[in-house]
Amino acid sequence: MSRNTKLIGVAVMLAVLAAAAFFAMRFFVTAPDGLDLSRSRATAAGLYRVTIAPELEPIERGPLLAFIVTVATPDGQPVSDATITIGGGMPQHGHGLPTRPQVAGHLGEGRYRIEGLRFNMPGWWVLEIGIDAGAGSDEAVFNLSL
Amino acid sequence: MLAALGAGLLAAACSPDRLTEAEKAQVAALSLDALRPLPADPTNRVADDPDAAALGAALFFDTGMSPGGAVSCATCHKADRQFQDDLPRGEGIGTTDRRTMPVAGAAYSPFLFWDGRADSLWAQALQPLEDAREHGGTRTFYAHAIAARYRGDYERVFGPLPVLGGLPVSAGPLGDAAERAAWEAMSPQQRHAVNRVFANIGKALAAYERTLMPAQTRFDRFARALLEEREPDEADRFSDLEMEGLKLFLGSANCIDCHNGPRFTDEHFHNTAVPQAAGAAPDRGRAQAVPLVLADPFNCAGPYSDAPDRCDELRFMVRDGHELERAFKTPTLRGAASRAPYMHAGQIATLGDVIVHYAAARPGPDGHTELARIRLTERGKAALVAFLKTLDAE
Repeated sequence: MSRNTKLIGVAVMLAVLAAAAFFAMRFFVTAPDGLDLSRSRATAAGLYRVTIAPELEPIERGPLLAFIVTVATPDGQPVSDATITIGGGMPQHGHGLPTRPQVAGHLGEGRYRIEGLRFNMPGWWVLEIGIDAGAGSDEAVFNLSL
Repeated sequence: MLAALGAGLLAAACSPDRLTEAEKAQVAALSLDALRPLPADPTNRVADDPDAAALGAALFFDTGMSPGGAVSCATCHKADRQFQDDLPRGEGIGTTDRRTMPVAGAAYSPFLFWDGRADSLWAQALQPLEDAREHGGTRTFYAHAIAARYRGDYERVFGPLPVLGGLPVSAGPLGDAAERAAWEAMSPQQRHAVNRVFANIGKALAAYERTLMPAQTRFDRFARALLEEREPDEADRFSDLEMEGLKLFLGSANCIDCHNGPRFTDEHFHNTAVPQAAGAAPDRGRAQAVPLVLADPFNCAGPYSDAPDRCDELRFMVRDGHELERAFKTPTLRGAASRAPYMHAGQIATLGDVIVHYAAARPGPDGHTELARIRLTERGKAALVAFLKTLDAE
C-alpha cells in the first residue's frame, strides 16, 4: 500500500472513530467536560486544605451516606475546632441537596464525620464545605460525577 | 479493514438494536434483578412476622374497618388493579384530594403519601382509617373492632389487649366534635392504651403490605438477557419503537433523572409543574407535609415506634426551602402504563398527555419547576409510551 493510501486510510478511520464517539457520547453522563473531580483542595481564600472521602466506595445513589471531611492548615496541621457546614446540589438541575447532612462529630486529627448525605440522581453534583475555625471562615467546593 | 472497523464502531453507536455500554449499565440498574433486599423497619417490631402479615391481610380486606361497614383498605387499593382504583382522586365515604397510590414495593419508600407526610408504612395506614372521607372511623372504634373480631389473632402477635369495656364506642383526636370530646374525656392511660392498639393495627397492615412486591415485566426479561449477553425469548425482544423509547428514557428525555433504580423512582419530591386540580384545596405537596410528619405521634421518633433512636430519615430530611413548594413524590413507573390517570390528583388523563406535559415544560402554579423543555417528535413520544408499556406486569 502506498504512503498516500495509508494516510487516507488513517484519516478515514479517525473521522469514523470521531463520529462514532460523538454519537456514543450523547448517551453518557451529561456532566461537563474537564470537571475537576479532585477530593482534596484548598479553600477559596486559601485558609485551609480540605479533603473529602466517602465512608463507602463506590458512592451509591439512593441510600443515606456518610463522608469523612479532613480539615488542615495550608502547611498540614490538623484543624480540630472547625464548625463545618455542608451545602451543594446539582447545578444542571438547579436544585440543592435532597437532605440536610449534619456533622456527627470530630474523630480526631482534623477528621469530621458528616452523616445524612444522599445522591438521588445521576449526574454532576457539587458539595460546598464551609469551614469556620481559628484562621477564619472559608469554603471549598468539590465536584462529584455520579 | 480500517474502514470496516470504523463502520462497525459507527454502527454499534447508532444502531437501534444495540445499546452502548453506558446504556447497558443503566438498564442493569433499572432491572428488577438489581432490587436490593427489603430494608428492615426497626420501628415496626412485627414488620416481618408472618402472623402479623396474616392479620394485616385480613384487616386490609375487611369492610368492617369502617363504621358504616362499607370501606376497607381494598375499597381504594384494589388487589386486582395494582392496589389502586383508576380514579383521579380516591373515593371512600367521600372524595379525597389525592390519587390512590399503588402499594407494591411501597416498603422501599422512606416517606409515604404523595407528600411524604408519613415516615413508615404503619404510620401511613393509620391516616386513612381516621380520615372522614376515607374510612371515617376513630381509633377507639377500631380498638373495639379488634377486640370483637380479632382478639386471638391480635394477641398472638401483640400480647394482651387492654381492657376496653367502658370506653366510648367512637373517640379520637381527629373525629367530629363529639368524638374529640369523648377522647379528651378519657384518661391519659386509656388514650395511650388505645393509641397502642391503633399503632399495632398499622403495624399488622404494614407487615402485609411489605409482602407486596413489584412483579417481573418484559423489560426485566429483556434486561436480564441483555446482561447475560444472549438473545431474549421472542416475546421479550424489544421492537424498534420500544428500543427508541428506552434510549430516549435513558438519554435526551431525561426521565431517568428521577425515575431511576429498580423501582423507577428516586423516592424523592420534585416540582414538575403539575397543574392545580380543579375543585381541590391548593396543594403545596412536600412543603405542607414536613410539619405534619414531624408532629405525627406515630412517627419514627414517637412513643409507639419500636426504634425511636434510629430515625435518620427524619433527622436528615430537608425541612424548608422553595424547592419543597408543590414538590410531590416521584411515583414508580412499573405498571404505570395501565394506571391512568396520572399525577397526585389525577390531573393528567393519559400517558401521551404526560409526555406532552414534560416536553412542553411550562411553569406550574407555584414553586420552581425542575422541568426543562424536551424536543420530541411524534414518533419519539410514541416510542416513550411503547417503552413504558414494557414495564407492565402480565
